[in-house]
Amino acid sequence: MSVDILNDKLIPKIGVVTSIRQDTPDVKTFRVVAKEGETLFDHMPGQCAMLSVPGVGEAMFSITSSPTEKGYKDFSIKRCGQLTDYLHQIEEGQEIGIRGPFGRPFPVDTEFKGKNLLFVAGGIGIAPLHSVINYVRHFRNDYGKIDILYGSRSADDLVDYDEIVNEWSKEDGINVYLTIDREQEGWDGHVGFVPAYLKELEVPKDSTVIICGPPIMIKFVLSALLEMGFDKTQVYTTLELKMKCGIGKCGRCNIGSKYVCKDGPVFRFDEIDELPDEY
Amino acid sequence: MYKISKEKLSSLFETISERTPLYMPIMKNGQSDFYLWQSGDEYCDSELNTVRSAKDLFFPQSENIISFKKEDRKITVEANEDSFKKFVLFGVRGCDLKGIEVLDKVFLAQPVDEFYAAKRDSAVIITAACSRPEETCFCRTFGVDAAAPGGDVTTWSDETELYWRPNTDKGERLTQELSGVLSECGDEKVGEIRSAIASKLEKLPLRDLSLEGWGESTVEERFDSENWEKLSESCLGCGACTFVCPTCQCYDIRDYDTGHGIKRYRCWDSCMYNDFTMMAHGTPRPKQMQRFRQRFMHKLAYFPANNGGEFSCVGCGRCIRKCPSRLNIVKVIRAFGGSEK
Repeated sequence: MSVDILNDKLIPKIGVVTSIRQDTPDVKTFRVVAKEGETLFDHMPGQCAMLSVPGVGEAMFSITSSPTEKGYKDFSIKRCGQLTDYLHQIEEGQEIGIRGPFGRPFPVDTEFKGKNLLFVAGGIGIAPLHSVINYVRHFRNDYGKIDILYGSRSADDLVDYDEIVNEWSKEDGINVYLTIDREQEGWDGHVGFVPAYLKELEVPKDSTVIICGPPIMIKFVLSALLEMGFDKTQVYTTLELKMKCGIGKCGRCNIGSKYVCKDGPVFRFDEIDELPDEY
Repeated sequence: MYKISKEKLSSLFETISERTPLYMPIMKNGQSDFYLWQSGDEYCDSELNTVRSAKDLFFPQSENIISFKKEDRKITVEANEDSFKKFVLFGVRGCDLKGIEVLDKVFLAQPVDEFYAAKRDSAVIITAACSRPEETCFCRTFGVDAAAPGGDVTTWSDETELYWRPNTDKGERLTQELSGVLSECGDEKVGEIRSAIASKLEKLPLRDLSLEGWGESTVEERFDSENWEKLSESCLGCGACTFVCPTCQCYDIRDYDTGHGIKRYRCWDSCMYNDFTMMAHGTPRPKQMQRFRQRFMHKLAYFPANNGGEFSCVGCGRCIRKCPSRLNIVKVIRAFGGSEK
């Protein structure tokens, strides 16, 4: 047995928050880079990392930036707890703990290759999909048609709005559909819930679908897809459970014989069907 | 095979602890637990088992893993390397050794938990054949031979002698260091002790508890069974079963501001608690029944699915003795068709 405490996966590296972008009233995007002369780690779309503030705590976040964007990791984080409250009031230049990458990524280089892709996101659920979308845009010729359906409570709650409108929706072969829950002054786009809007859209039925959003949205999007003739083997999502270690040992994210932190967080819906209903 | 007169045990302990910290079951405040042996302490073998298991020595209830220093916006990290200190563990029963082997499957699986691995590497484990099994024991169900446990050294006791057999290189090395206090002997006596223990084990009330039948229904059928409501009805969610369990390994990671730096420590946690899976948007297990079910499904179905059929229970009986509501894994096994052959 060779032992190397310093390489234990529970020990964070130190990263520097070099920029903080206010996306919505309760979402900020934090850019984390390695300290000078050091590196963080490589990741694939869908993987996560543990961010920590000494004395406050540590939590798992999906990595928002694509691995094709070198030299930094972005995290779009909604303010909703002790650690995220703290993160929302730090300033640029602050050092934080970071460790990862954790989990099974989306199969962007295998099952997704050559496929039409349909992304369905709700609210902060865009965070992990953002990484996949920018990866796929980078290797654009490897994938078919891309449809992106993204909804939020109001126009002010759409994360990455500038990038979506100015970059994604201007590219050939990418259709972006935005929707908000209720009418709002100054919004002339679609109004209504994501699952209902999805049923109105003309999307290729052979698309591979990637969903992320609130559990209730995921549930209704899945049943809309099944109604539309999609099969569960075409549909992927990423699960969220409480996590502490990230390596399948602390027991929190255990569902059935799977650990979401290491066997997920990305699952195909036929795989989710085999898990006990506890997510 | 070696032996030492039980009257001279303290010279054996003295010799070991001169070189290496020595831990063993010692009675303090009416409760037997693994403590650091100091001159004058008496090895407690009058109790069947310590209240808490030997897992504490490898996976402590609370352990510092990192220290942080903060200066303005800068942070430095230091890992706690205390785990490397060598120690000897004496008087471990077969069930507790099996418990450590179960923990190995979790903590030594890739990626290795280095804090646990360091302590495993640093320890010499001396087991004790179980001369006083109790009515709450059912280790045989999980393949433990209480009359001849493994470890680096195995010991057996009769009225007057302690018999000592090294099993591994680590055990051999320790034995050589103790040549001044141990004397060589034949193994006839140990054969007698083993058969005496075997006949005691034959008389235990739970001797025939079997998991046969438990494996026949699918995980889904067991998960959805109506049994759980009834089985968990009186569960208080106190978590005592998880804390005394030699195989429960769920943990929390928390930070503590000492006033002159921040410690990040890991501590035991329990799937029986409401906040174990609590997230900003809620918990997937809001009911005590669901948390109760998780504990037993994990030990008897999920863990075996990931570990070649091995269960995450060793039959030590601690949960039977400690549950204030008289709930336990034996009742769960029986409710799902575990047979009494």
